[in-house]
Amino acid sequence: MNEGLDVDVSDAPPATTSPVPAVAVPARPAGWGDLEVSGICKSFGAVRVLDDVSFRVQGGEFVTLLGPSGCGKTTLLRIIAGLERPDRGQVILSGRPLDRPAHQRPINTVFQNYALFPHLSVFENIAFGLRSRRCPASQIGERVGRAMAMLRIEPMADRRPHQLSGGQKQRVALARALVNEPEVLLLDEPMSALDAKLRAEVQIELRRLQRRLGKTFILVTHDQDEAMTVSDRVLVMQDGRIEQMGTPAEVYDRPRTRFVAEFLGAANLIRGSRYDGGLETPLGVLVVAERLDREGGTLAIRPERVRIVRGCPPVNGVRTRIRETIYRGDHVDVLTECGLRARTPAAGPYSPGQEIWLELPPEHLVVLAD
Amino acid sequence: MATPEPAGGGRYLGWLFVLPGLLWLGAFLMLPWLVLAALTLARRGPYGEVLWQPTAENFRRLLGFGLLAWSADYLLIVGRSAWTALVTTIVSLVLAYPLAFFIAARRRGRTRYALLGLVIIPLCTNLVIRAYGWMLILSHQLPPARLAGWLGLIPAGSSLYPGRLAVYLGMVSSFLPFAVLPVYVTVERLDWAIVEAARDLYASGRRVFVHAILPQTLPGLRVAVVLTFIPAMGVFVVPDLLGGARYMLVGNLIQQQFGPSRDWPFGAAVSLVLMGVTLAGLYLLRDRGREVEIP
Repeated sequence: MNEGLDVDVSDAPPATTSPVPAVAVPARPAGWGDLEVSGICKSFGAVRVLDDVSFRVQGGEFVTLLGPSGCGKTTLLRIIAGLERPDRGQVILSGRPLDRPAHQRPINTVFQNYALFPHLSVFENIAFGLRSRRCPASQIGERVGRAMAMLRIEPMADRRPHQLSGGQKQRVALARALVNEPEVLLLDEPMSALDAKLRAEVQIELRRLQRRLGKTFILVTHDQDEAMTVSDRVLVMQDGRIEQMGTPAEVYDRPRTRFVAEFLGAANLIRGSRYDGGLETPLGVLVVAERLDREGGTLAIRPERVRIVRGCPPVNGVRTRIRETIYRGDHVDVLTECGLRARTPAAGPYSPGQEIWLELPPEHLVVLAD
Repeated sequence: MATPEPAGGGRYLGWLFVLPGLLWLGAFLMLPWLVLAALTLARRGPYGEVLWQPTAENFRRLLGFGLLAWSADYLLIVGRSAWTALVTTIVSLVLAYPLAFFIAARRRGRTRYALLGLVIIPLCTNLVIRAYGWMLILSHQLPPARLAGWLGLIPAGSSLYPGRLAVYLGMVSSFLPFAVLPVYVTVERLDWAIVEAARDLYASGRRVFVHAILPQTLPGLRVAVVLTFIPAMGVFVVPDLLGGARYMLVGNLIQQQFGPSRDWPFGAAVSLVLMGVTLAGLYLLRDRGREVEIP
């Protein structure tokens, strides 16, 4: 079965005759790998899964679709892959509308449980797409060899999928997709089958791989840590709509809605009722840095932005008592009687019942849209 | 204390559970089989009784060395049986495969079970009744035979039975459920993500089938082959009723020897050969230890 590889090794040692290294980023025309999703709607029966979703991804960007299960992120990915048809809207890749079925798109997918072909060896799994397109045998050997080298799975070439660990399977799935040189790589919860420690390693590795290849990656996940770690931009979804799209820092530090604020880590939410040089809240009048253009709303502040101070701070001070402290190893969560949660480095000499001042710095108070 | 010892007698307790089954198999399978094997070496007496005089005569006769000259009659019957069973198996599988997909694709569980019920119901009908049913359908007054007569395939006014076509129809209809059910089970558990992966990797329809669907349904197909081929080798009611005198199969031969001819030793020899041929067929189809993970 490996004749392609044998021929390759004996006739043309890749080290000398192929000047293109395994991970070279070839010169690409402007707009290559740009992906535009416009006005996508999709319903399954009476359930509206995607409701007029539009966004743009630049070529070479790593974008994550983040949201809870059932938010439509996987359906969106499947529509981009061509495995599902949208009711309305279209997907535009590198300037051309994509109306072809999955097997004619320059897009490949890493499936959730990898969906490797159980009866084929690792080599044949990776070669599958090339063989489908009748790539010459000598090229298959070389390209599969390079893909395996890139993901460091050469020793497993002859193994069957059931003889591989979860991490190895994932590498095979990645190699199987990337060997086809897709313009866009889609990843459907690729880490969900890995344990936590391995997942953290793989995330960093995936990020590096994407950087080296300079390809557009679109990853689906419900894990906000993962989204923050790997992406250039995060697209937060809920109920078939895009809640917010931005860099990890933007969506974390400047969430637009309650949902985004709460989905990406812990948040203190404070309802403000009236505008009066600041915002009138149950904690007193709070000053915010950004311009207010509405009559009130909800404020959000991350616990680690809440400062515990000795004396009364100049602005946005709240006098309260500690109700509980929770030791978390790398930090301590301080829960107070006024309902705010503060997060401090582990060394804090705080104990329940202690009277403290909390400072809510105006620049860290975010006014939410809902 | 390292490992706890099993409580007194615990070591033999397992055997106790297996014992009834072993006794049953020993008394009603192994013992009769040994008798059968011994019978093949015996001789038929003038009144059909068994004479325990060791001889290889029965096998010589089966191989065609008769009283007068060599004749291939018995070998022909064995060969024809194997061929008929093979064709029946293949036709059953070809019909069962799409049917299993069709049933598994029904959205509502109710519809699926109703369709499976329709597949199973014929099994609840006596085989003889079903054979007579085919005789009615193929009789000379009804459209199928008339059409065949009009086309000149058979003499005008005659029936479509007895004959080869009638036997195949009867056999396939008898064994189709045994082919549908095991295939259906694997189709229902099919991992469609693998099919999508194949499509995502530019596979043509043929490649999707060969690499994503067929390997996943192979275990079911194997079971279907076993469940169809073995009974098809030994069948005797269907060829008896639908095949006529010229279409004798091994099953009929055995039945004849133990029945009207009262030649048990020869019947036993034929049975043993049938068993050998069947096992050989299964050996060719065996799972060669290929490990395929069915998720």
